[in-house]
Amino acid sequence: MVKGYIGKVAKINLTKDKVEVGSLPEEYLRDYIGGYGFGAKTLWDELKPGIDPLSPDNILIVNIGPFPGTYLPTSSKYGVFAKSPLTGIFGMAISSGSVGQQMRQAGLQQIQFYGKASKPVYLFVDDGDIQIHDAKDMWGKLDSWQTEDRIREEYHDERIGVAAIGKAGERLSHIACITNDRNRQAGRTGMGAVMGSKNLKALAFRGTHEVEVAKPKEWKALALDLIKRANGPATLKYRDLGTPINTLNFQKLGCLPVDNFREGTSDQAIDISGEVMAEKWVIKKAACSCCPIACDHLCLAREGPYKGSISSVDFESLFALGCCSGVYDMNAIIKAIEMCDRDGIDTISGGICVAFAMEAYEKGYLTREDCGGVDLKFGNGDGMVSFVDQMCSRSTKAGELLSDGTRFAAQKIGKDAMNFAMHSKGLELPGYHLSALKTAALGFAVSIRGGCHLRNGAYSPDVKGTFDRFKEDKADERAKEVKKVEDNYAIIDSYIICKFTRGIYKNDDEMAQVYELVTGFPLDGKQMNKVGERIVNLSKCFNIREGWKREDDGLPERFFSEPQTKGPSKGVVIDRKGFEGMKSAYYAARGWDEDGIPTKEKLKELGLDFVIGKLK
Amino acid sequence: MSVKYQQLLVVDPAKCTGCEICEAACSFAHEGKFMALNSRIQRIRIEPVINYAMSCQFCTDPPCVAVCPQKCMAKDERTGVIHVDEDKCDGCSFCIRVCPFGAISLHTTRKKAILCDLCESTEEREPQCIKYCPKEAISLKPVNALSQEARREQVLALIKGIEKETKEPQKEEGAAKA
Repeated sequence: MVKGYIGKVAKINLTKDKVEVGSLPEEYLRDYIGGYGFGAKTLWDELKPGIDPLSPDNILIVNIGPFPGTYLPTSSKYGVFAKSPLTGIFGMAISSGSVGQQMRQAGLQQIQFYGKASKPVYLFVDDGDIQIHDAKDMWGKLDSWQTEDRIREEYHDERIGVAAIGKAGERLSHIACITNDRNRQAGRTGMGAVMGSKNLKALAFRGTHEVEVAKPKEWKALALDLIKRANGPATLKYRDLGTPINTLNFQKLGCLPVDNFREGTSDQAIDISGEVMAEKWVIKKAACSCCPIACDHLCLAREGPYKGSISSVDFESLFALGCCSGVYDMNAIIKAIEMCDRDGIDTISGGICVAFAMEAYEKGYLTREDCGGVDLKFGNGDGMVSFVDQMCSRSTKAGELLSDGTRFAAQKIGKDAMNFAMHSKGLELPGYHLSALKTAALGFAVSIRGGCHLRNGAYSPDVKGTFDRFKEDKADERAKEVKKVEDNYAIIDSYIICKFTRGIYKNDDEMAQVYELVTGFPLDGKQMNKVGERIVNLSKCFNIREGWKREDDGLPERFFSEPQTKGPSKGVVIDRKGFEGMKSAYYAARGWDEDGIPTKEKLKELGLDFVIGKLK
Repeated sequence: MSVKYQQLLVVDPAKCTGCEICEAACSFAHEGKFMALNSRIQRIRIEPVINYAMSCQFCTDPPCVAVCPQKCMAKDERTGVIHVDEDKCDGCSFCIRVCPFGAISLHTTRKKAILCDLCESTEEREPQCIKYCPKEAISLKPVNALSQEARREQVLALIKGIEKETKEPQKEEGAAKA
């Protein structure tokens, strides 16, 4: 018998108010592992191509892998999947906190939401009992933190795992996220809007389902070792100063996005550095369920109008709402992160949208009146905080525009706005200035879900110096490296565990061994990465079926034609021909044709025969 | 009761991150299966910043033992651990109601009272929460050691105050010269 997995799927038709519970077949579990893999397979099988992502036709899928409930480091994670309203392609967002573990205890491996509820509702899975409850007292009234508190109070159980949307999700903002345990978000690609479009305010879980593992004795020993390693040198960065250590490191490399990516350094970077944060702002480090790292750096706003606000500050939120918007006031940044988390927008997309609006304002494309009377110039921290609310509540003309992301706003504004809309395939870019990181430029551009650093970690070989970060040379080597890491990351996102623990495994075989010890399915490192490759290819095929073209794997014009004017990356741009050459090399490394379409041979090799003939 | 065995499972709230690994380790060691609700140590989080893990405090005159209608709970005078005779326990939960620390739970399937036995009943025979805690936030300490530590800390704080008083004027002198 399979261990680890609970293996139950709930198919919930919200239109018909109908719930069906079934079992996922063993081969589905084995061939697609969990989270990302399940999302790719089920969306391919069940979603009608070409649908409107915010219509009842979209399917919202919530998955866990085989590990929540066990003490595998960082195993309490869940993933949300749907066609993205922000990108129009494969949408995925992963979060941690307590929800993965509580969903496992509640007795579900996967939930598929179809249709749309006739009125606001929330889901409560109470130890296998699936209940749909009225949410009229929450919708339009409670933010995601309050919703979590309300549900826990209602059932007198503070351990209930709750994932909820705020007003941004209710108002279908394309950059809306899903928040759980206050500080954790399924942030990217607008999954909160898909929940909102289904009138679904929250998901809540608790239960008593036990987790058995296939080889308990070996598991006890290896897991103990991994827990200790997860608190060792491989994760020091995340535990100590946290990811904000990047601020000064990136400043040194000239790849810290400043003023909407116009520059890669800032004289004020020190104010938003991990070093100053640790000294002045951090009040507690907290952990997700079964995470030995505790990366949540909870910061307290200490003075001014935002005094008393507390939020978890990581580098991505910090750069986007900070230096990218020209803001170096930690009080304002802490407040803005709290607002994004409560009202439910992704801090990366949210921050980049603020920065875009600031540049559009500077150019006169947005007026002060459009911005609710706010003087939205770069560096205005109070303006930034106000604009976050304008987006979440769609309360002004500019807030309404940016509520659906930079690509949408740039299309509406016209002129040269698309040149400084910092997205790829509609998803706002994370905190890496790509003129100064050429492997990352490739990796972020080919990412399945749009502008993203977490699909293949392609910044790493640039930062480490494996490749010359200023050149587009060695395209084949770079392409192979991106592919290799991408396949492995697809496993990490399917297991689902945190990428912060990627360095604790001795090798791929050991990463595969944890799967074998828990589930009982034999797996080695090579086979594991092959499954990763299958998952990447299948989600790629989903994108192709939705109309993806080679030119969509692109980056904003700014990186090709507007060099930084100072610092170590001064004068460098991405060479268009070199960039396209790297893309071709990547497609070749993947066994795809020049247009980026997987060949029949590749699909057969990966056991994706069912895709053949379905790619237009 | 021997002095040696007057021990307490002590959690340092400054180190505890609320990660719940103690719960996983506890339930797996006792039950052979993971189920946080069957852990004898329970994480508590009070937003936004308080994290702690609570377990049996081995009371000298335990109210749980006194109140049990089945007389199925007994304190081991040598180790301080309170044992439950599961054959007699009928799950009435009186013990849970009187425990001032919320340290007793009802097993999810067996419906018997469960509480910390310092892993006496497990294969490992030593507290697994301590072994697995990534932050070394949990320790087993003799009660005497706790009071000694507290005295020591207070004295150090006092000495620091005295040192500060004697040093500060010198500092000012230095600053004036500069």
